[in-house]
Amino acid sequence: MIEADGLRRRFGATVALAGLDLRVPPGSVCGLLGANGAGKTTAVRILTTLLRADAGRARVAGFDVGRQPDRVRARIGLVGQHAAVDEVLSGRQNLVLFGRLHHLDAARARRVAAGLLDRFGLAEAADRPAGTYSGGMRRRLDLAAGLVHDPPVLFLDEPTTGLDPRARAEVWDYVRELSAAGTTVLLTTQYLEEADQLADRLAVVAAGRVVAAGTPDELKAALRGDRVDVALARAADLDAAARVAGAAAGAAAAVDAATLRVSVPVQDRVGALAAILPALADAGIAATDVVLRRPTLDEVFLRLTGAERGEVAA
Amino acid sequence: MSERTVQLGSAAPGDVSRWRWAMADGVVLTGRALAHWVRQPAQVLVGLLFPVLLVVMFGYLLGGAMTVPGGGDYREFLLPGMFAMTMVFGVEATYAAVATDLARGVTDRFRSLPMASSAVLTGRAAADLLHAAVALAVMLACGWAVGWHPRAGLPAAAGAVGLLLLLRFALIWVGIHLALVLRRPESVVVLQILVWPLGFTSSAFVASESMPGWLGAVAGWNPLSATVTACRELFGNPGSGGGSFAAEHAVILAVAWPLLLVAVFLPLSVRRYRHLAG
Ligand SMILES: Nc1ncnc2c1ncn2[C@@H]1O[C@H](COP(=O)(O)OP(=O)(O)OP(=O)(O)O)[C@@H](O)[C@H]1O
Ligand SMILES: [Mg+2]
Repeated sequence: MIEADGLRRRFGATVALAGLDLRVPPGSVCGLLGANGAGKTTAVRILTTLLRADAGRARVAGFDVGRQPDRVRARIGLVGQHAAVDEVLSGRQNLVLFGRLHHLDAARARRVAAGLLDRFGLAEAADRPAGTYSGGMRRRLDLAAGLVHDPPVLFLDEPTTGLDPRARAEVWDYVRELSAAGTTVLLTTQYLEEADQLADRLAVVAAGRVVAAGTPDELKAALRGDRVDVALARAADLDAAARVAGAAAGAAAAVDAATLRVSVPVQDRVGALAAILPALADAGIAATDVVLRRPTLDEVFLRLTGAERGEVAA
Repeated sequence: MSERTVQLGSAAPGDVSRWRWAMADGVVLTGRALAHWVRQPAQVLVGLLFPVLLVVMFGYLLGGAMTVPGGGDYREFLLPGMFAMTMVFGVEATYAAVATDLARGVTDRFRSLPMASSAVLTGRAAADLLHAAVALAVMLACGWAVGWHPRAGLPAAAGAVGLLLLLRFALIWVGIHLALVLRRPESVVVLQILVWPLGFTSSAFVASESMPGWLGAVAGWNPLSATVTACRELFGNPGSGGGSFAAEHAVILAVAWPLLLVAVFLPLSVRRYRHLAG
């Protein structure tokens, strides 16, 4: 449903996309995960015909975004990173306006607007200027505006950034609903949790390209899952502890001298703990604390972007 | 889900339906601008009354000290200048509307729709021209109230109104282009300031003959002066003579200047809009 091959785009000296490849099958939810400036918005803007790519090809809903933009536009809904609604007009007027511009006749546009206002819990505020809406309401209106023509493909650029947890959960529910009804969804996010919750498949973007792709489970496995952090009593033990814990877990340990910590990636959570603690005790190393935890998003990015650089250098 | 139907006119883009949709989209966007005015009546009212305030200030407070070359009442002389200034002030509204849509992402939303891209600009132009017509009607009524009258017959007066709207039409494209280049709604302040030197270096408030030599020459050739002088001529108001080439051919210049602005800024605006895709 969405196919991108080698998309490149630069802004002056900044390379926003450095050859991005992406495949999103019909009816699935794809999460584009990346830090600030990774190129997520640029990718979405190219796929939604708002921006030209310098190189590469992309097809959405069967049409080339560069050559047949009107065909693509008729089949996509876009919810941009910043709510794009007319703040002077009411929520209802906004939806009718966008419906009309999708070439629905006036009566139909009004009907669709009323239906969407109900569905997104905006019926009460429907006739107030959108400028008076809260952040969550504005997001919902923005989402509704992307759905006036019931598009088979929906693009959501950071749909929950800046929302409180409740509003975020609401948006998640709407996305699940749409997906269940068969809509193909591409959403970008900075939150691993969000991608995990919503996406069938993830693509991690760093420095303008996809550095890892797969189902959430595949990605987590590829990142070798959890980590054991051991806090030490003496700085002199750091190197020995890294060696011993690494050997026990069968992986290379990272040393953080500032906090007197050694951190080891582990596959088998309980088994690894059971191996590491006795090994440290046998070596006469005193630990003050042990934590078993999931990798943070920082570590995911660091690992993936680090691996990417290594690959390039090799 | 791939068999979900897509109900769209643009799915069958013949040339005729393309034109029809471009028109229809333009009308929808003009309607949007009208809805803005309904929602912000105070803002519209202030905009309409500001030139009236200027007429009072210049016509009554400062007018006593003004002399019109060749004789005549200063308010009779002033009003055509104020009509033209009203058209010039409109450029601020055009700029603000286009820049705000760009900054808020509304323009991007339009660009992601299967609508005719020309409609975004033509809808704006039509709405602003409508607004100009209302503003001009208010000013004509205001003129009437302070003793100004068209004295050269109805056809000539209609011609003057036509020239004023032509000036506004040209300035619409200047405003759209500036907004597409600068993109910042706040920068409208720059325009609000710049319209004054443009006004004062024209014959809108003071006859160019009574200005110091070089300034008089600038004022004589100021595009705004062409429209103002032509309007004085067509309304039969004082101060339209002068003897310089520009003053003698004011009507021709009042047609030529705006057409030149349109010829430059309309294509530039369209190109700039298309270029938003980078
Ligand atoms: N119009 C532009 N002009 C100049 N540079 C741009 C432009 N748009 C994007 N960039 C640059 O391209 C890079 C990628 O930006 P992009 O907005 O695609 O990232 P992102 O992943 O969406 O980030 P964020 O999470 O902050 O939204 C950044 O370095 C950004 O500064
Ligand atoms: Mg972004």
